[in-house]
Amino acid sequence: MKILKSFGYLLGLPLILLAWWWLATSGAPNFFVPTPAKLLTTFVETWFGERMLTDVLPSIMRLVVGVLAAIVLGIVLGLAVGLNRTLRAVTEPVFEFFRALPPPVLVPVLMLLVGINDGMKVAVIISGCIWPVLLNTIEGVRSIDPVQNETSRSYGITGFSRIRYQILPSATPTIMAGVRQALSIGLILMVISEMFASSSGLGFTIVQFQRSFAVPEMWSGIVVLGLIGVALSFIFQWVQRRVLRWYHGLKEVENAV
Amino acid sequence: MQSENPTSHKGGRTLPEGQALLSVRNLKKVYHTDAGDIEAVRNLTFDLGRGELVCLVGPSGSGKTTLLKCIAGLMNSTSGEVRLDGQKVTGPPKKMAVVFQEYGRSLFPWLRVTENVELPLKNAGVPKEERKRLVAEALEAVGLDHVPKSYPWQLSGGMQQRVAIARAVAYQPEVLLMDEPFAAVDAQTRADLEDLIRSVWKKLGVTVLFVTHDIDESIYLGERVIILSSSPTIVQEDIVIDLPAERDQLETRSLPRFTELRHHVYAEIQKAKQGHRPEEAITMVAK
Repeated sequence: MKILKSFGYLLGLPLILLAWWWLATSGAPNFFVPTPAKLLTTFVETWFGERMLTDVLPSIMRLVVGVLAAIVLGIVLGLAVGLNRTLRAVTEPVFEFFRALPPPVLVPVLMLLVGINDGMKVAVIISGCIWPVLLNTIEGVRSIDPVQNETSRSYGITGFSRIRYQILPSATPTIMAGVRQALSIGLILMVISEMFASSSGLGFTIVQFQRSFAVPEMWSGIVVLGLIGVALSFIFQWVQRRVLRWYHGLKEVENAV
Repeated sequence: MQSENPTSHKGGRTLPEGQALLSVRNLKKVYHTDAGDIEAVRNLTFDLGRGELVCLVGPSGSGKTTLLKCIAGLMNSTSGEVRLDGQKVTGPPKKMAVVFQEYGRSLFPWLRVTENVELPLKNAGVPKEERKRLVAEALEAVGLDHVPKSYPWQLSGGMQQRVAIARAVAYQPEVLLMDEPFAAVDAQTRADLEDLIRSVWKKLGVTVLFVTHDIDESIYLGERVIILSSSPTIVQEDIVIDLPAERDQLETRSLPRFTELRHHVYAEIQKAKQGHRPEEAITMVAK
């Protein structure tokens, strides 16, 4: 019963939207909006074949590499900057400058600097995803509880062990909020990085479909992007539940009081 | 009510060279702020012998926490010095453990009870088997061996402070510093925790310096009570608590002697609040 209920919550709204779409398209056929059945067959035909290997998986690989690199770099840099007041004062204006740059404008620049290859696309993803992780890590490290700091110091927990046992865990809730933002930025940049000077990938293929008026195929590409987004969100939630179990419990207790 | 005066020192009591485990000499702390300098602690001198249980009591704002942080090596003094076993304290010493007032913020919420107690030992490189034994013993000593897998925030305030005490005990310090540890727990829990401190102190023979603003608590717990003046702080008086060694919340607190001592400390603190300062205390040295 409980499982049925949670399935209902999970699939209820998608099913309603699907029914609505079906009803809206079943009457007069519209060239620009395919019916659900048509889209489904196109989806299977278009993506479950060679394209899976040549376009979808390489795109996902670049997304994963880019996002993971951005998370690692963001956390390492964020720790360094967050723990050092001077470094923070020096870097803050610079970070604000770079953060304000929309990554798509960097694509031509990176093409020249890195070349037209996977590295460039990964670099575009990193250039956009790093900021929420970096800035949230700095904030998480900076706002650490002074009593926790004194506890660590009085028990001789210093240097690297302090980062490992106190600072990182304590900043994790803030860092995770940054990671969540980075994931959606990553998906956008994955598509954008493939729109220029590219010959494969999801973004490239969808643009190709648009330009050749392959409307159902284009829609099916959009569905693939949406599904990747859903999958990323589920993975994120699963990781978050494990990593931040203590934090959610703590908040629950605090809110109950 | 006229009472027999307790054995006391004007100013802090000091021990002959080499006998003190912890000695505080002419300690002074001035905070430099934008609004000017604030002299929190003017001149403090006293000694703690090995195995003593001493309470520090003083009016609020008398620099108790400042003093404790200087002793713990968490804060540098402006002048004067703290020595532990003859060694000058410049940073947090290994032989010292601190129990903070804010137990909720001092315990790490992402670690379970055992992990919290174990962390300082793990960090110090104590082998796993010994760590396990020390943690189990410490949790048993504070009466918490039944909740090792809980997170601290799942426990009541009093139990959380027990975890913090267990963490300090497992660290096997020679000196245990406690900064108003029971100020944030309810009265009944507080009584239990007071008895817990007495029993831990007796069992482990550790030296305890217990800071509190509660006069009754200081007398009930201490073998000796150091009364601080109001800020800028000096030692107002250093008295011996000549109550029986076995303390009981009901029996001890209803002893006539307890009431006398309470009167005495209360009167001293009132004097301190009104700005009375035993001037000779500033330069007072041991007999």
